[in-house]
Amino acid sequence: MEAFTKLNGLVVPLDRSNVDTDAIIPKQFLKSIKRSGFGPNLFDEWRYLDYGEPGKDCSGRPLNTDFVLNQPRYQGAQILLARENFGCGSSREHAPWALLDFGFRVVVAPSFADIFANNCSKNGILPVVLDVMVIEQLFCEVTATPGYHLNVDLETQRVTTPGGGNFSFEIDEFRKQCLLQGLDEISLSLQHADEIRAFEERRRSEEPWLF
Amino acid sequence: MSTKTLYDKIWDRHVVRCAEDGTCLLYIDRQLVHEVTSPQAFEGLRLAGRQPWRTNANLAVPDHNVPTTDRSKGITDPLSKLQVDTLDANCADFGITEFAMNDIRQGIVHIIGPEQGITLPGMTIVCGDSHTSTHGALGSLAFGIGTSEVEHALATQCLNQKKARNMLVSVDGQVGAGITAKDIMLAIIGEIGTAGGTGYVIEYGGKAIRDLEMEGRMTICNMSIEAGARAGLIAVDEKTIEYVKGRPFAPKGDLWEHAVAVWQTLHSDPDARYDREVHLDAATIEPQVTWGTSPEMVVPIGSRVPDPANEPDPVKRKGMQDALNYMGLEAGTPMTEIYPDTVFIGSCTNARIGDLRAAAAIIKGHKIAGNIRRALVVPGSGLVRKQAEEEGLDEIFREAGFEWRQPGCSMCLGMNDDRLTPKERCASTSNRNFEGRQGPGGRTHLVSPAMAAAAAITGHFVDIRTLED
Repeated sequence: MEAFTKLNGLVVPLDRSNVDTDAIIPKQFLKSIKRSGFGPNLFDEWRYLDYGEPGKDCSGRPLNTDFVLNQPRYQGAQILLARENFGCGSSREHAPWALLDFGFRVVVAPSFADIFANNCSKNGILPVVLDVMVIEQLFCEVTATPGYHLNVDLETQRVTTPGGGNFSFEIDEFRKQCLLQGLDEISLSLQHADEIRAFEERRRSEEPWLF
Repeated sequence: MSTKTLYDKIWDRHVVRCAEDGTCLLYIDRQLVHEVTSPQAFEGLRLAGRQPWRTNANLAVPDHNVPTTDRSKGITDPLSKLQVDTLDANCADFGITEFAMNDIRQGIVHIIGPEQGITLPGMTIVCGDSHTSTHGALGSLAFGIGTSEVEHALATQCLNQKKARNMLVSVDGQVGAGITAKDIMLAIIGEIGTAGGTGYVIEYGGKAIRDLEMEGRMTICNMSIEAGARAGLIAVDEKTIEYVKGRPFAPKGDLWEHAVAVWQTLHSDPDARYDREVHLDAATIEPQVTWGTSPEMVVPIGSRVPDPANEPDPVKRKGMQDALNYMGLEAGTPMTEIYPDTVFIGSCTNARIGDLRAAAAIIKGHKIAGNIRRALVVPGSGLVRKQAEEEGLDEIFREAGFEWRQPGCSMCLGMNDDRLTPKERCASTSNRNFEGRQGPGGRTHLVSPAMAAAAAITGHFVDIRTLED
């Protein structure tokens, strides 16, 4: 996993609540057996006017110019500003894979669906939860200000705005360290292999039908 | 005195170790694997030169991509075929038991777990699928995970987890005649919202939940994720134990007696404390129908499509208007004047034998209405299908004009050929009414199997309690 430390990035606002993982990456693209290549199909049904299919070249597809990701001022955005319950729905990790492949490293929202937020942090994407009033303010600022950037610093757990706004956010220490150092969680867990084996032995004696 | 919830008890029994920040290494008893979210995990194992920690803790089945029509020629879609073939190959390579596509035991992963006794009370169970919460109906802590965690569970038999908070949803009293588990769950989601359970494990209690048979409890726990909770739980009782008894993978003999003694402790203590409690009066629950593009956009059948103008919150108001536009509905329309084009009876929510019986009871002796373009019944497993055929349910469905299909996820998400076309309106027993969920531009109304059946024969949504024979 690529580490995440800090980012000063262009922000794109997605003004919808309950954005689900079917919207982030529609199911026809889940047939891939790879982790990469999902970026062109991120938000496929909102981004294009035709029906997207795996293997279809997206460069010539008709764009929905009303959709925010297609607007020239937001090209190159690395921070997605979103509303409540972002990433609800299925557990598909293809959703963060698509966001990452498109270029996003941070999603800022008042709340996230649990599995989605977890999946993000395992792929070098930082989910940042800010108060709903702060989010409202950011939506106003980003819409009013072309080229609006946010500065996101994971070490200090702070988001700063061009106008000097400064907001702190919470993150689990374990998740933070994994992101900061780009750690391989499986290797970390396997350092406790002896403890896992001892646990199994105890459980095998207590509830043998589980083994 | 102990004041533990059921969740506390199962959690405590599975903690291998905890770090200072509360992140714990949680032992996983069972992992269920399907073809969509596992290929990258197996690839990860290979790249790192790792083997599964405990091969026999895993069970695999293809369900999302499989055709529900004739399977004798295999899978025609090359991408679906590749994904299913990849699962077959990975299971063969790593020695994981698989119920392959043409095995009679094949079916939707969350149907076959309980059906086979692979799901047992008190277990921790994971699967790369958000509806893993289903298995909580048997008093097991079961939750959906992403592919990185599928790989982690394969490699270590553990996951890094922080303990969630405890929520009790108690459905008190008795439901009225004709009210099903699906109606109860949609009413709960309507009450607490699709993010209402975020950060919690929900335990369902109250008389109306205890009164449900095991299959109904699975429907309830299945849609915990639609309420934002990662897992749902129901206490073990005599119904649970009776359900598990004699299933192929369930313990036998002395081991069975031992297991039952342990399982009988799997309930919350009388003085257990919850971080949040929600109470619903069962008697007030009516048959439910969703009108929008989120499961919380749900109303009783006797209501009308809500008017966004009455919603004070601007973000919610916009969401409602977007939903009405997508669904092609006008505010104020009676729900009984909505006419589906298609009826889908299936999915991990509602494709068990009891669901098919409930639908068949309504359909028997009727034909599907003239405006219904297609009506599908997709049993949850090969064994559910066989049982239904032995009971003659397939004949009832066929005679009414339904298509009787092979088991799989099918039109719940349309990864196979069973999809809605743009603007096609569907009465569906599945779990998600998101935009495009059942096919691009498709319009989904979530209902119970009985309500879907009634819509099929009348051509519109109707209160099953008023339906005449």
